[in-house]
Amino acid sequence: MSDRRIGVYICHCGGNISDYVDVEAVREAAGREAGVVVAKTAMFTCSDATQQEMVEDIRENSLDGLVVASCSPKLHLYTFRDVAKRAGLNPYRYTQVNVREQCSWAHTDDKKGATEKAVRLVRAGIARTSLTDSLEPVIIDTVPRALVVGAGIAGLRAALGLSDIGISVYLVERENAVGGRVAGLGSMYPHGRNGNSIISQLVSEIGKRENIVAYTGAEVVEKSGSVGNFNVKVRVGGDKPQFVDLNVGSIVVATGFDTFQPGNSEYGFGTGGVVTLDQFRELLDRSGGVPAYNGKEIKSVAYIYCVGSRRDPGVEEAKAYCSRYCCNAAVHASLLAVEKNSRIHQYHLYRDMRTYGRYELMFDQAREAGSIFLRFGEDAPPVVSQSAGGGLRVSVKDLLTFGEEVEMEVDLVVLVTPMKPRQNGGLVDVLKLPLGKDGFFNEIHPKLRPVETVVDGVFICGSCQGPKNSSESVASALAAVTQAASLLKKGYVELEPLMAVVDRDICRWCGECARACPYGAISSEEIQGTEVASVNEAVCKGCSGCTPVCPKNAIDLKGYTDAQVKAMIEALAE
Amino acid sequence: MDGAAKGGKDFIPKILAFSTNNISDPGIDLAGSSHMHYPPSVVVISVPCSSGIRPGWVLHALEKGFDGVFIAADGTDCAYLNDCVERTSSISGQAQELIKEKGYEPQRLKMGAICSVCSEPFTSQMKEFFEVLKKLGPARKGN
Repeated sequence: MSDRRIGVYICHCGGNISDYVDVEAVREAAGREAGVVVAKTAMFTCSDATQQEMVEDIRENSLDGLVVASCSPKLHLYTFRDVAKRAGLNPYRYTQVNVREQCSWAHTDDKKGATEKAVRLVRAGIARTSLTDSLEPVIIDTVPRALVVGAGIAGLRAALGLSDIGISVYLVERENAVGGRVAGLGSMYPHGRNGNSIISQLVSEIGKRENIVAYTGAEVVEKSGSVGNFNVKVRVGGDKPQFVDLNVGSIVVATGFDTFQPGNSEYGFGTGGVVTLDQFRELLDRSGGVPAYNGKEIKSVAYIYCVGSRRDPGVEEAKAYCSRYCCNAAVHASLLAVEKNSRIHQYHLYRDMRTYGRYELMFDQAREAGSIFLRFGEDAPPVVSQSAGGGLRVSVKDLLTFGEEVEMEVDLVVLVTPMKPRQNGGLVDVLKLPLGKDGFFNEIHPKLRPVETVVDGVFICGSCQGPKNSSESVASALAAVTQAASLLKKGYVELEPLMAVVDRDICRWCGECARACPYGAISSEEIQGTEVASVNEAVCKGCSGCTPVCPKNAIDLKGYTDAQVKAMIEALAE
Repeated sequence: MDGAAKGGKDFIPKILAFSTNNISDPGIDLAGSSHMHYPPSVVVISVPCSSGIRPGWVLHALEKGFDGVFIAADGTDCAYLNDCVERTSSISGQAQELIKEKGYEPQRLKMGAICSVCSEPFTSQMKEFFEVLKKLGPARKGN
């Protein structure tokens, strides 16, 4: 009944799909559908070998439609559109069917149900593909300028990176000075250079660049337009703010983190002698000679790790995630302390020590320098109390000595607290950036698209994306530079050919569609004496807001036509 | 499968969820990647914006064998239309009138805002809707 020639490929995803979905049964069902010429399964449809096989199948069988049932289109829509393109098939004749995120993984408890659902989803994909036309992407010229939000170490480095490539940068910082948190840090691992001096170097370099303009005390308050051509409004200044309009092609967000503050009574926080790691670092950085607290030499310190992190969500403000940087930072702080006072006694009370990678060397150094490590269980945190001698008493059940109760008297207790998502309410609303489950900005894919967001043209880097040390922040900033620049250097972007299209034989201009369009993309024109609606393709955003309001059903959205959706509904209902 | 045969206590309601590419799809994907379960009789059709859903599609789904339709509304997150909430609500209202006219219970259409990280709200809304439809029985004209 169909004169189409469609190829269907069902992915095992190495078991991610095939452990729960009988992919062979899905293949058989797909093979019985009208218009299907090729139906195959593959261990990994995204592998080079399978992609090549698809290209050959398309050519040899003169396929005019392609369906791959695999993961979410967020991951591989473009991969398989490229396969189609390489085989000479219009990429918009491809349909991705999500049988992983929206099937196998969601129904790991019901293999039969998952297989039946996968069959229905694949049938709908075939039905849609049967009604696809060749489409051309919308080409938009890009503006060779970028906006960087946040001028901490990540934002500063990103601005320089973009400038190096020849892209003009507007750097917007909410605080009154650039530099962020690193500017306030003394000696940093692993090189021992001061945070302050690193930031000064970056800032002085930025001062020399003619193609970087920085705004401090400034916030992004509005964004319109789309990838390649955004219009952004920035509010500069407090009491009598000025507004600056910027036109940029891409946006790099590097807004950093907030620090977790322990609850008032947590481990005696708020009383004398109990401080956070940040406060301890400040104390160490400021002290010229032997570090002192309230004028008294600090002879002993107990560090308590994972305060406020790796806890049951729901426990007060505690975070469920590992904040990643803190083990290293605390071990490093203890090395700085022993550098300044070789007689100091230091105890590290930890749940799990994660001085990953080369920072293991720092952990060894700390032990060699006399630090003592004790391990406690999640259910038995250390107890801090005031001792009779005016110091602090810390007791802990040490798992490394099979549960021995250890007591120590110390001058200072340092609570090692996590990074937490920064309160960026306004910016989140303006940029429409999605937050992950930990409350940080979310990338599209941790491995394949680690600095891209679902908002095309908006990139994230640094610790606004999750806890990172400054090396990692800078690495991700440069990744964002590459992604932003590759978009802008090409000079144009290809957008989805999402476009309203009017059936002039049916339309009898009533103006409903024009009234529904907030972009002013629809007007009327006279065709052979009849007034009909006309869509300005350069202005239409493809939102489809006009399609449900037409009383004659004369306006459609390319790629999501009335006929395609109805065909999918019918295939899914079977 | 005809209406009478699928009734009774073994009745498994078929749910069609309209979702949007950029807002609710990532939320529904996240439910899957977190291995959160919901009935496999829930299937999703993705569109660019919930303001583009035609009331006729809701009726079409019930007529072709679905027992309920869920509209995952973009809410205030919509990148296209700042009045998306009002538009989607209006479409939902029109669709409800339309199905009522054709003899279907208005409860067979449900709308809820699902955001890009709304995995838990999505699965719980699906489970809830599933139970509502189970009590309501298979979609049949003139019930």
